[in-house]
Amino acid sequence: MAGAKEIRGKISSIKNTQKITKAMEMVAASKMRRAQDRMRAARPYTQKIRQVMSHLRIANPEYKHPFLIERPARAIGVILIGTDRGLCGSLNINLFKAALALVKDAQAKGQTVKFCPIGTKAVQFFRRLSGIELVATASHLGDRPRTADLIGPVKVMLDAYREGKIDRLVLLHNVFVNTMSQKSTLSQLLPVEAAPDPQLQKHWDFIYEPNPAELLDGILMRYVESQVYQGAVENVACEMAARMVAMKSASDNAGKLIGDLQLIYNKARQAAITKELSEIVGGAAAV
Amino acid sequence: MAHTIHVDIVSPEGQLFSGEASMVFVPAREGELGIAPRHAPLLTTLKAGEVRVQSGGEEHDFFVGGGTIEIQPYAVTVLADTAVRAHDLDEAAAIEAKKRAEDAIRERTDKLELAEAQSELVRAAAQLRAIERLRKKR
Repeated sequence: MAGAKEIRGKISSIKNTQKITKAMEMVAASKMRRAQDRMRAARPYTQKIRQVMSHLRIANPEYKHPFLIERPARAIGVILIGTDRGLCGSLNINLFKAALALVKDAQAKGQTVKFCPIGTKAVQFFRRLSGIELVATASHLGDRPRTADLIGPVKVMLDAYREGKIDRLVLLHNVFVNTMSQKSTLSQLLPVEAAPDPQLQKHWDFIYEPNPAELLDGILMRYVESQVYQGAVENVACEMAARMVAMKSASDNAGKLIGDLQLIYNKARQAAITKELSEIVGGAAAV
Repeated sequence: MAHTIHVDIVSPEGQLFSGEASMVFVPAREGELGIAPRHAPLLTTLKAGEVRVQSGGEEHDFFVGGGTIEIQPYAVTVLADTAVRAHDLDEAAAIEAKKRAEDAIRERTDKLELAEAQSELVRAAAQLRAIERLRKKR
């Protein structure tokens, strides 16, 4: 029974791994449900504020806020939202691939790119890359991101935009489609994108109370914050879903491996028994 | 001609109301604002206070803790910082919050905390007013 003992050891070690992946799968599943609720609750606000901003862009105001004016894009600011922890399948990798494609595309057009990665994994990845400027970072947002943690990096990017260091601000994040699929998505934050609305009149403007400068500053700030917050909340849901799926397939694979090894173990044991028996029979026949 | 206006009330915690209304009252920065259908486009901020939506003989009351409002001739969008249905307002909690804010102002630690306490006080006072009004109506 030479190989049998080692095989038994292997089986038990895989069983331990399977226990861990199963536990992680269940934790991710329960966290995903809560993250999904949060994401769904925040969505209407994010969509509405985006709609209001796009109306602002179509309006014909006397006062033009810098966030509403399209400039030739020489430098692009990217806020990228990744996860804090690994073991979540290809979620981060797909996002980083999209980011690198964006960098390549921008560099071909002679534009520079400035990054603001959010999440430990994203920060680590962009630190290692050379030739990419990191303007701000944020990490350890946890499972329940708070706006307060995001205001800092957002403010850095907004200031850069105001000072003309970047001419465009985009958000690169994962969108939760369903449990099985998460899509890395690029959306432009600044300048605000116009979305034509057939219900609107041709030439009009808002009445602003109090003056437009003060009012727009506050609202536009809030708009960018809410979009980034939504991205962060959505990212948590994506992370949990991706981890759940990854851990489920890991558990399944471990199960398959255990089955195969069990078969080999049984065969080895049977072979040893047969050998012993034939030795006994052979010995008896000789006497 | 439209006799109703579409109203959406959303806060970061979720959507509170979406539907048609014949009249909407909001606590705008420059004073209470009554909005009828085909109102001129307007953009302003909200103070803490009550949002009342009249639709089909019914009146829906909400309490918002500040925010922004966009008015278009066909739609009103309330982007509240925080919002609850007026019926869900908790009087005891509001009184408690008011007391806490008053204490904080009396002790007057630093500037930032003072500003926070003052805005908290305004919110709590507005909540209590809303509760009072609601009680009279019943």
